[in-house]
Amino acid sequence: MHELSLSGAIVNTVEKHAAGRPVSVVSMRVGALRQVVPDTLDFYFGFVSKGTVCEGARLELELIPARLRCAACEREWEIELPIFMCPECGPSGQIEVASGDEFEVETIEVEEAECIARR
Amino acid sequence: MHRTKVRVVEEALDANNTIAHANRADFDRAGVRVVNFMSAPGAGKTALLERVVRDLPGVRIGVLEGDVQGSMDSDRLAALHVPVTQLNTDPSFGGECHLDANMVRSALPELPLDEIDLLVIENVGNLVCPAEFRVGEDARIMVSSITEGEEKPLKYPLMFRACELVLINKVDLLPHLDFDLDKFLYNLDSVHPGVERILVSAKTGEGIDEWRGWLARMGAVPSGAGAGAEARV
Repeated sequence: MHELSLSGAIVNTVEKHAAGRPVSVVSMRVGALRQVVPDTLDFYFGFVSKGTVCEGARLELELIPARLRCAACEREWEIELPIFMCPECGPSGQIEVASGDEFEVETIEVEEAECIARR
Repeated sequence: MHRTKVRVVEEALDANNTIAHANRADFDRAGVRVVNFMSAPGAGKTALLERVVRDLPGVRIGVLEGDVQGSMDSDRLAALHVPVTQLNTDPSFGGECHLDANMVRSALPELPLDEIDLLVIENVGNLVCPAEFRVGEDARIMVSSITEGEEKPLKYPLMFRACELVLINKVDLLPHLDFDLDKFLYNLDSVHPGVERILVSAKTGEGIDEWRGWLARMGAVPSGAGAGAEARV
């Protein structure tokens, strides 16, 4: 359900960088820990972007797996379930998120008018 | 027309975080500490506030009450002679399911910051979206009531990780429910190892002294000087 709020945040971010130019592609990196359902995000993005520079833009998501690191034993591993416990050190481990927290607009593709062609 | 690729590399929530930083700076200047109080609908946020707001030694508390609609919760707290400011997400914000930094910013002029030491922002009841949006708080507290079941930390890890204190409410119902407290605590520690937690009952008063003490300590520390400053927005 938070995909609606997140779609708004994407459009705001893209608008800042598009500088008024129509956007055709928005490429994002989305970490597994953000609990984003790609189809739902796509649906809301299409809805929220109406009337903005993002209208009709394709949303491309690169899904980043959740990886944890234990600072105590320097082990790194991927998780499927949200279990933030070091398999080696147990409760005394010092867990850091190595990847999976991302919710980042990486690039956008904008339509540019050919205004420099004839001078 | 031709297409140009523009490198952005920006967290989509940065815009919200920037406003949250501005809110924090304003709260710091006013010497007000702020907690963001979150839970599912009906977990008992307002009841837990009612229990403690009148009796925080040396701490003047104010509440910013976020709701989609209505002022039922504000009315309950205002009846206790606590300054309450209502922030409805419906009329001007399209019924958002959470508070974000901008909504809190819009409420700043209404807040009696000179008259309070501690502001509790009671978020909209929701276990998902509020976890994503910092509002300029010093600490985040969530309430999980035992009627919600012991698997909730595993289902809503974002929320259970995005808080510094978990209040486990309605423990007076433990004898009447199949709720397995040990299993809940195990799940909680799996998702957010070692997070502070207090077992409370807004109904019987169990754990309320400890909850009051936590809030009073939070309100007593000068703003900007608390523990975990690096983690705060």
